[in-house]
Formats: sequence, C-alpha cells, structure tokens
Amino acid sequence: MKRWLALLLFSFGIGLYCLLPFLWFVLTSLKSPAELTAIPPKLIPAFQWGFYLSALEKHGLLRYVGNSAIVAGLATFVSIVIGSLAAYAMARFQLAWTRFYLLLLLAISMFPQIAIAGPVWTILNRLDSLNTYHGLVAAYIALTLPLAIWILTTFFREVPREIEEAALIDGCSRLQALRKVVLPIAAPGILTAALLVFIYCWNEFFFALIIMTDPQVQTLPVGIALFPGEYTMPWGEIAAASTLATLPLIALTLIFQRGIVRGLAAGAVKG
Amino acid sequence: MGKHFGANEILKDISFEVGDGEFCILLGPSGCGKSTILRLIAGLEEPTRGAVRLGGERIDHLPPRDRDIAFVFQTYALYPHMSVFDNLAFALRMRGASRDEIETKVRDAARLLEIETLLERRPQALSGGQRQRVALGRAIVRQPKVFLFDEPLSNLDAALRATMRVELARLHRRLGATIVYVTHDQAEALTLGEKIVVLHQGIIQQIDSAAEIYHRPVNTRVARFVGSPQMNMLDGTVDETGSLFRCGHLQLNLSAFLGRPLVQFAGESLTLGIRAEDLEPVSPDQGWLRGEVEIIEDLGSDRFVHIQCNHFELIARAGREFALERRQTVGLNAAPGRMHFFQNERRIEP
Repeated sequence: MKRWLALLLFSFGIGLYCLLPFLWFVLTSLKSPAELTAIPPKLIPAFQWGFYLSALEKHGLLRYVGNSAIVAGLATFVSIVIGSLAAYAMARFQLAWTRFYLLLLLAISMFPQIAIAGPVWTILNRLDSLNTYHGLVAAYIALTLPLAIWILTTFFREVPREIEEAALIDGCSRLQALRKVVLPIAAPGILTAALLVFIYCWNEFFFALIIMTDPQVQTLPVGIALFPGEYTMPWGEIAAASTLATLPLIALTLIFQRGIVRGLAAGAVKG
Repeated sequence: MGKHFGANEILKDISFEVGDGEFCILLGPSGCGKSTILRLIAGLEEPTRGAVRLGGERIDHLPPRDRDIAFVFQTYALYPHMSVFDNLAFALRMRGASRDEIETKVRDAARLLEIETLLERRPQALSGGQRQRVALGRAIVRQPKVFLFDEPLSNLDAALRATMRVELARLHRRLGATIVYVTHDQAEALTLGEKIVVLHQGIIQQIDSAAEIYHRPVNTRVARFVGSPQMNMLDGTVDETGSLFRCGHLQLNLSAFLGRPLVQFAGESLTLGIRAEDLEPVSPDQGWLRGEVEIIEDLGSDRFVHIQCNHFELIARAGREFALERRQTVGLNAAPGRMHFFQNERRIEP
C-alpha cells in the first residue's frame, strides 16, 4: 500500500514537472489583462476569453493555423507515401545495401538543421520557391523522410511474409498486396509514423522562419514568435495562441492513442 | 528444375510429374528443399534453371496470380484484418467475381468445412483447427487447377492432426483435386499420398506409392527416413557361401530367410536392413539371434523393444502376450522375405 502510494506520488510529480509550462500558459491565456501583471501572480485566473479573441482577430491566428495545417498535412502525406514504399522495399527485398541505406538515413537525420539551412535556402531561392507552401513542404519531406522510413521499416518487417505471399497467390500484384494486405496490417505503425511526422512539421520553427518571410504564408510557431511588436509584449495573446496550437496535437494523440500504443509497443518488441 | 540461393544449391536437377487429380506428397527431412519446390510451383521463387509445366504449358514465367494455383501455408497466413468471410472471398474479389457468385461459393466452401458459424469472426478469435479450416477454405473457393500444401497440419496437436488428415483425404476424394503436399511426417505421407516423392538434400531419392516406398526403399536414406521406429541396419560382409552374414561378432545365418543364397555378393560388404515389425522377440532358446532387453517402449497398441546383441542395438516389435522385462535375454525371430539388402547405400535384390 505504501509502495503504491509512493509510486503514485512519484508519477504525479513527473507528470506535473512535464506539464508545468503547458499549465502555466493555459492559465495565463485565461487571465484578464490586469491579472497578467499582478504581483503576487494569481494562480487561478478569471477565465476570460479576451486574449483568444484578440489573438484570432488582431493577430490573424486562424491564418497561421491554416498555413500550418496545409504544410504539415501535405508534408506528412507525401512523407508517409514515399516512406511506405521505401520502407516496404527495405523490409521485403534482400537488397544488398539495405543496412547501409538505413544507417545512412539515420546519419542524415542527425545533421543539425543549421548546417543545411543555408543550402536549403539557396536551393529554394533558385527555384523561386521561398514563401510558398510547396517550398516549405519540400524541405519538411526531406527532414522527416528518414524518420518515417526508419519507423515504417520496423513495422513492415513484422508483417509475416506468408500473408503477403498468400495475397500474391490470391490474385494481387505487388502493389495491390501492399495496399490491401500489408498496409492495413501495419496500420498502427503507419499511424504512429504519420503522427510523429505531423507533430514534427507542426512544431518546426527554424526552417519555417527562414523560408516563410511573408506573413501571409507563415506557420503557427513563426506567427506566434512574431506576435511581439516593437513596444509591446502580448503575453496573453501568445499564451492563448500557444494553447490553440497545442490542442490539435493533443486531440490527434488522444484519438489515435490505442493505435499508437499498439504501434510503439510492436515496434519496441522487435527493436 | 534446379535452384540456387547464392552459392547454395538447394535443388539439384529434380524432375517429377503429378497426374490430374493425384495426391502427391513431397516427403523429406527439414532442409531437403521440399518447400522450395512448392514455392517454385507457386511462383514465389524463380527456378535457377528448368521449367514448371501445368497442363502441358510452361508457367514458370507467370506471376503467382496468373498460375491458377492455391497455396495453404504452414502458418495459415490468414489476413488478420479481415473476417473469415472476407478471407474466403478475397481471391474471388480479386478476380472480379460477382457478389452472388462470391456469396454462393463462400457459403458452399464454409458448409463443406463446417465453418459456417464462424464467417463473421476475425482470425484472432479462432482456434488452431478452425484457422486451418479457413486456410483450406480459402484454397477451395477458388477451384484452382492445383492445390499446394506446405506442412498444413504441423501446427496442430496430435489428435486434431489425425482428424484433419482423414478429412483432407476425404476432401481430396470429393473434390477430385490435384494436390502437391509437403510434409516431413511420414505417417501423414503414407496415409494421404498416392504418389510419394522422397527428397534428401535437394535430390529426389524415390518416386513411388506408399507401399513401395515402405516395403522396397531404393536406398538406405529412404529406408532410414520412412518407417517408425527406424529400420534396423547392420553393416557386414557375406561369406563365400552367400548365406552367412558377418557383422562384428555377430554371425547371421540367412539361408532360412532367402529364396536363394547371395552368391553373387560373396565376400562383399553389404548393409542388411530389417524393420522392427519383422523382428519378433521369442524365448531365448528359439530364434535367429539372441540379445538382452534394454528398453521397452510401450505405445499401448505395440511394444517396441530395444535389444542389445553383441554391441548392436536392434529394435523389435513384441506382441502383447509375450512377457518382457528389462535385462532379460530373448531370442529374435525374423520374418522370411522381409529383409532388405543395400550395397553402397543402394538397394540390391538377392
């Protein structure tokens, strides 16, 4: 009983530690302007929606949300489609260089962003793709593909070969077998990969900052970062915008929770 | 056909024919290449050389889906994300069958296999035996030209395996299907097979009926592999008269068991083989040779007795009425005409 209580307190402590920043800005977003600067700070806010309204109306938050959804959604979709095909090949065919490719991918994904930012910017500039959705999407696909391929390869390896062979004999081509049998079986893994890629793109700041300089196409993290004016620091609006930016991720994670847990666990066992 | 995997030669120029409606068994120890043959027929592997013909036409260049062949896997390989009905219907749907046709064929197959009540379930919710039936059903609904079975019963418990064995035989008779069936279980092979192909290390040893394989094995490999317990084998030489077989300190007089003496092999090295059921323990003052009882395996219907005769271990089958104890000295009687002789591993006829 005592151990049980200690464990509970311990987990509660860790949870609180992780969630504290989030809690803080959620509470801040619900304060009134006066409470914002009150000393001593008030823990329980007045539950006013003023900052949300002002973030949406004055700062054009919805536009940023829309841009982020388009960029992250597109990048995730393309990354998962290409990643699935690549991972399928890595998992199924006895390619001579499979191991090497996978290690290379891992190495590439470890490059610090700052190291490739210059070249990426130059390429996109030459292609006249700065300040376009497809420019940022292209950069995100390159950034997330190694991750997607790594996760998906693990999952495809776990789909028994015989099931796929049964599909081939039952009348499928390779691609049909992939679509009708392998992908549905690997669905939890694909969902996990998709969510991780989506979260990465949704949160990504640095590339978005240098590629998207036009406020019309900027994404959420950049948009929020540019809330402060020359003489103002709109803490309330920033907190409200951050809360809104986090909600879709929480919602997605909760909706797909079971699949993800299955996915992560399945991936973990095999390693 | 021949098949290499890298530097490994898995199949060395094998060739055999299966007649229309025939139940053909590929029998051999694990790693002998029998499953590879099945995969070559199905198109899951490509032969390094040679051809696969179906009804006279070459099919080895066709992808698996165009070969009109059904495959039942050892692991069943059911689609886990589909209901039993959809598992059965999958191949028909892929071939663009109409809704009515699918419904009829799936229901018919389900009735035949007595799995009608399971059609809505997912494979996870089925027992091993039920999964086996679904896997069979998936093959049957397609009415393919050939059925390929890859050790389909090896994941079932002994009782269920025996039942399914009989059901498979019955099914074969009802459908008149052409079947190529891989197994390492010789009981399965002997009960099911009309034609048995015995393989060893990628080479066909013998193609024959079950009775021929059992009673006239062409070499020592087949003789050792087929039959349980293993055939007793004694290496020795024949004396000048052709009727005395010397094997270490043992001297066996063959004159009573052979129609005519082995004169043409006088002085040569031979292997004498005799099955346990052709060797019977009798009282010590009778019989052909003597030995000491070491182990008694009581299988209920039979008792197999391991007997030490001058440093050779022989296995004999004892009747239920004969009293036996360990360390007891017994005589052994051999059945006339049931001895096998091999020279350089090949069967020779006395």
